[in-house]
Amino acid sequence: MSGINLKVKIGSLELKNPVLLASGTVGYGNEISQFTDLSKIGGIVTKSISLKPRKGNPPQRIVETHGGMLNAIGLANVGVEEFINSKIPFLKEVNSTVICNIAASSVEEYVECTRILTEEDAIKAFEINVSCPNVKDGGLEFGHNPSAVGTITGRVRGATNKPVIIKLSPNVSRISDFAKIVKSEGADAVSAINTLVGTAFNIWTKKPKIKNITGGLSGPAIKPVALAKVLEISRNVDIPIIGIGGIMNWQDAVEFMIAGAAAVELGTVNFVNPNAGIEIINGLTEYCEKINIKEIKEIIASYQL
Amino acid sequence: MLTEIAEVVTVKKYGSNTNLIKVHAPGIASKAEPGQFCNIKVSETNFPLLRRPFSICEVKGEHLFFMFDIQGEGTSILGCKKKGDKLNILGPLGNGFNTGIEFDTAVIVAGGIGAAPFPFLLSRLKKKKVICLVGGRSEAQIITYGMKNIYISTDDGSNGFKGTVVQLAERIKDKFTGGKVQFFACGPNAMLKALKQFCMENNFSCQVSTESAMACGFGICQGCPMPAANEEKYYLVCKDGPVFNAKDIIL
Ligand SMILES: Cc1cc2nc3c(=O)[nH]c(=O)nc-3n(C[C@H](O)[C@H](O)[C@H](O)COP(=O)(O)OP(=O)(O)OC[C@H]3O[C@@H](n4cnc5c(N)ncnc54)[C@H](O)[C@@H]3O)c2cc1C
Ligand SMILES: Cc1cc2nc3c(=O)[nH]c(=O)nc-3n(C[C@H](O)[C@H](O)[C@H](O)COP(=O)(O)O)c2cc1C
Ligand code: FES
Repeated sequence: MSGINLKVKIGSLELKNPVLLASGTVGYGNEISQFTDLSKIGGIVTKSISLKPRKGNPPQRIVETHGGMLNAIGLANVGVEEFINSKIPFLKEVNSTVICNIAASSVEEYVECTRILTEEDAIKAFEINVSCPNVKDGGLEFGHNPSAVGTITGRVRGATNKPVIIKLSPNVSRISDFAKIVKSEGADAVSAINTLVGTAFNIWTKKPKIKNITGGLSGPAIKPVALAKVLEISRNVDIPIIGIGGIMNWQDAVEFMIAGAAAVELGTVNFVNPNAGIEIINGLTEYCEKINIKEIKEIIASYQL
Repeated sequence: MLTEIAEVVTVKKYGSNTNLIKVHAPGIASKAEPGQFCNIKVSETNFPLLRRPFSICEVKGEHLFFMFDIQGEGTSILGCKKKGDKLNILGPLGNGFNTGIEFDTAVIVAGGIGAAPFPFLLSRLKKKKVICLVGGRSEAQIITYGMKNIYISTDDGSNGFKGTVVQLAERIKDKFTGGKVQFFACGPNAMLKALKQFCMENNFSCQVSTESAMACGFGICQGCPMPAANEEKYYLVCKDGPVFNAKDIIL
């Protein structure tokens, strides 16, 4: 044993290490478990679950862009009932911390999903995806409206005793204002960032490369933006942050932790290297040894500006 | 399914734009079935970022073969590989052709680079009667590697029948005899769609190998939907396919 302690805390949620796998990039765990040992991972965030199953968008849903990819999956998921019946049994056995991500098209749906799923022992915390169209507001995203994000946070907080993490959209002018509101409404932590809105065209047909016209940009291309958002929150709001965006290796993970993240989530990298989580965990241990610290948590928000 | 660091043995040009790469990948080779594919990282850097999917063309002992056309950046890099280079390969992925069913005659229909999965499939059909229909835009796109009992069509008539490969099938359909006939097809979606129509009209069972943009290749990104014919849902090309029974999907 190296004697290095990788444990971190996100509010009251204890993680054996700061490396989580991001929503929408691990499914419900079963497929990726063929390529990696999930029991070593700090935590798994499920694909966004909605009350009813969602079919998702028609093809083409994804396209590669320079250093990243655009996706418009359309929140395709099995719905709460099927999730409980066929996905939770597997997640119970993996011996990692399961965080359930919830998507909805109304405040009531967020609350209802949380109320049902909080009964499941396998779920240790909730991550709320507010980058979803609000049907009552003409399809505008909740995540762009501070008061909507505040309302969702307060209502979900009232529906569960488990830690609540609000996943913030980067497509806003001041992300720290959103972090302030969710903190005042009782959230335990924020995760940042979700994908950035982007598009790409085929110059011969003059049509967008993805059917939905725009999609969410992820991957290494977004890392500098994500880091700046994490730093902005860290400098302005006292709330635990989970850093997300373009992490490909342990150096990237360290950078996020220095910028203020208490933990990180890996997204797009899972598609390219499904064992990246474990490689990054090993890299974090080596980093601690190299800089002579015993606990990884010492580097959180250790920026020297 | 596993990830394997495979050493490149040879890269050979075949025709004007087609390449055949041979790699040493004993783990994947021992598990692969015809019609399955691999997701290949063509560089060691983050550019290009995603893996590229390729059908398993042939398996010989501990070696895998992939046949590919140069399309864009990923395939250009792959075409420049040299003996001794290493490739990170994820595979074997997806559901291949179902040869466990009862049939006596296999009709292979390949459009352009859609010929790729058939050498491997034919190596498993040695006891069956086989007819191969191979189509392309013109002579340069005709790939007959590993095929036998071949009929050719080109859109411009530069080789064989002038027209599409499905029109060719219509023309020679009296040859599709000899017990129960099973079609196996791979090529552009428009070709598969026309072939599905032909097979429905003539009551032939048809398996098609389909394509979609992909990120992961093993079911976690939901990036590769294929509309189901009988249900309000999407299959995933990477996990439920790439080979489907033509009647189960909307092409
Ligand atoms: C299951 C499956 C099996 C395949 N088997 C073969 C094969 O055996 N031989 C072969 O030559 N090609 C095959 N293809 C197509 C091959 O994956 C693409 O030609 C290749 O990804 C192009 O990459 P590029 O970087 O050169 O092109 P670019 O156009 O630069 O690629 C940009 C992006 O688009 C995607 N893309 C481009 N064309 C296609 C396409 N036709 N289908 C799916 N995604 C595409 C790429 O993966 C990449 O993410 C297969 C595709 C699938 C889904
Ligand atoms: C294909 C795909 C699907 C995603 N689905 C979800 C989702 O369902 N819910 C969610 O909160 N985030 C989703 N995300 C966003 C990721 O969790 C993550 O925030 C984002 O991709 C940035 O991280 P990355 O650059 O490491 O990928 C998805 C991302 C991708 C690429
Ligand atoms: S390519 Fe990711 S689910 Fe099919």
